[in-house]
Amino acid sequence: MNPSTSLLSTGLRRVLSSRVLAAMTTPHGVDRYLELFDPTWSVHEVRAEVTAVRHQTADSVTLNLRPNANWQGFRAGQFVRLTVEIDGVRRSRCYSPANSVHAADGQIELSAKAHATGFVSRFLRESARPGMVVTLSQADGSFALPEQRPERVLLISGGSGITPVMAMLRTLCDEGYTGRITFLHYCKAAKDLIYAAELAAIAARYPNVELLRAFDEAEQCGELQGLFHREQLAAAVPDYAAATTFLCGPPGMMKAVQQLWAEDGIVERLHLESFSAAPVVIDSANAEGDLRFARSERLAANNGATLLDQAEAAGLRPEAGCRMGICHTCTCRKLSGQVRDTRTGQLSDSGEADIQICISVPVGTVTMDL
Amino acid sequence: MSHFSKLNPEQFAAIGAAFDAIRNGILADLGERDASYIRTLVKRQRRLEIGGRVMLMIPPAWPLGVAALSLSKILDNMEIGHNIMHGQYDWMGDPTLNSRTFDWDSADTAKNWKQTHNVEHHTYTNVLNRDHDVGYGLLRMSTQQKWEPRFLANVPLTVILHTFFQHFVAVQNLKLEEVLIYKTKTTAQLKEDFKPVWKKMRKQLAKDYVLFPVLAGPLAPLVFAGNAAANLARNVWACAVIFNGHFPEDVEQFPESVLEGETRGHWYVRQLLGSANFSGGRLMHIMSGNLSFQIEHHLFPDLPAHRYAEISPQVRAICEKYGLPYNTGSFLGQTLSTWKRIFKLSLPTRSEPQGNGEISRRAPASAAANEAAMELAA
Repeated sequence: MNPSTSLLSTGLRRVLSSRVLAAMTTPHGVDRYLELFDPTWSVHEVRAEVTAVRHQTADSVTLNLRPNANWQGFRAGQFVRLTVEIDGVRRSRCYSPANSVHAADGQIELSAKAHATGFVSRFLRESARPGMVVTLSQADGSFALPEQRPERVLLISGGSGITPVMAMLRTLCDEGYTGRITFLHYCKAAKDLIYAAELAAIAARYPNVELLRAFDEAEQCGELQGLFHREQLAAAVPDYAAATTFLCGPPGMMKAVQQLWAEDGIVERLHLESFSAAPVVIDSANAEGDLRFARSERLAANNGATLLDQAEAAGLRPEAGCRMGICHTCTCRKLSGQVRDTRTGQLSDSGEADIQICISVPVGTVTMDL
Repeated sequence: MSHFSKLNPEQFAAIGAAFDAIRNGILADLGERDASYIRTLVKRQRRLEIGGRVMLMIPPAWPLGVAALSLSKILDNMEIGHNIMHGQYDWMGDPTLNSRTFDWDSADTAKNWKQTHNVEHHTYTNVLNRDHDVGYGLLRMSTQQKWEPRFLANVPLTVILHTFFQHFVAVQNLKLEEVLIYKTKTTAQLKEDFKPVWKKMRKQLAKDYVLFPVLAGPLAPLVFAGNAAANLARNVWACAVIFNGHFPEDVEQFPESVLEGETRGHWYVRQLLGSANFSGGRLMHIMSGNLSFQIEHHLFPDLPAHRYAEISPQVRAICEKYGLPYNTGSFLGQTLSTWKRIFKLSLPTRSEPQGNGEISRRAPASAAANEAAMELAA
């Protein structure tokens, strides 16, 4: 951006966020009028236009997004909350940008795998078109490359967990990182590997990058075969203990890796992101009590599912994002009753508290301000 | 005699189930159509507002500017604000269309309005002493309200209420009559309650009567007058629509005793008997916020209002089946009927009849069904 246009946009921004304009547009606010002219215009919100849609594998979709000027950028590994409207209802999910933080066009690249249960991902896979406008949050999350780049990097991912470590790999390559990088990725088959071509190209171009692909089946052309296990890792990455490791993948794989790092006493070198929540085991047989939704005056028998699922089943539409306890969009006031955290198994006390309803299961009767 | 006494408990239960079924049918069908309806309407309203405010600064276009801004304010308050703040679009999960966050282009705060309107008026519709909309603490609207000399001013006060409607609604929650006339509320409490009201009022007044006129420079008086005209048009129209919804002569008012042990079925029937529709085309329905379907609105206050037209035949069929009146008429007819009531009630009532014996006059079709239902009940 040249100095004169940047001066113009700073000036415009100052006018748009001025108190006079706020007073003129009260009570609706400036954004509600700006969006009449262009759906991506906003003084406060990050909105982005889809500029390209690619399908790298049969069940995935890769979107290029051009964010408006409110986007403050991200650190490689962080996630954003993307909001789209599906059949009239706004739905949010968290995705990690997979692009380099140094990308010259300032665009964001998101990849989503459309699982059978992935409502938003499936919608994006089937319906996203260039020109579509989505709402984004600012980037968030502590899973990110540290400012002081580590000397030796091991990136381990599984399935669609590839996106945040892809951002790390691309970012390090773009800034001429000289340390060694091992990119260890697990997936079912070669045809399911998102970014397959680019990974191969990076490995060929940068001598400090080693690509290790582990596929389930032997006939595949992967460097490794089968699920993660100690012997496999020790043979493929003998210096893993000396590396700073970044891990993102499905729950089973993450657990295996975490366990190994714990056994070796090197957990401080392991950074991780749970890309999908471990499936909640619904204990409907032992579920007791009622769910009282005070504000909407609804009552439901506790069925043992998460508060968010039960609220939705009762016809409520609480705001929610990641549905796995990382984004805090769904935080609601619990008025009384005990809940269990599905991630830690920890039991809350029975008093009033703000809780994340997507990872809270009621234990006995719970009253929510919903 | 009220229609309440003509139905037996089984009939009330059946009516409750029938109305619940209509409601559930619509809830299951909500989606893209409703979302794009309200979004399109919001866009049109914002365009009218911008266009109106610009035209008010161009002298030859001034009358058009007044018209556009009046339409914008009416849409904002009625089909958009009133309906969004009822929670009709909460299911969309969009904070800009959500009852908890939406605020409207009116002097009344969203919070106070949701209390007097959603809680008091919609729960206790037409129940004396509970529904403050019955006369707004200012007028005598029912024979069951004891006559006081101040009600001699019923007619001129109604005119004043129409003229300054947004400000009357804004102070409605303060219950001024309790301070001024009945002395059941202290001035200190009133002052405390007035703070948030004044904060909102001030912003609205500053926007229409200071900021935009000042922006127009030498044309300030023109813009000032245009904004006043648009606010007046909205006030009179909104007040007239609301009065037509609850005060035509045949609409029932209820004593507080009606609330004792009230079932879902009773509640539906009370909403039905306490509301009146008026007829019109699509534009009339939109401009009245679909309160032309006041009956449907009171039965289902949180269903998107543009759906009322499509469920009204089903509601009518239920009314006919159980011999209940479905009060409707032309806009002019309902207005005349309302003013007749206001005029009559400014004078003391000689004999105090209970309820509205002649209610079926407006719905001749239901008279026969009425008798049939009574036979069934007997």
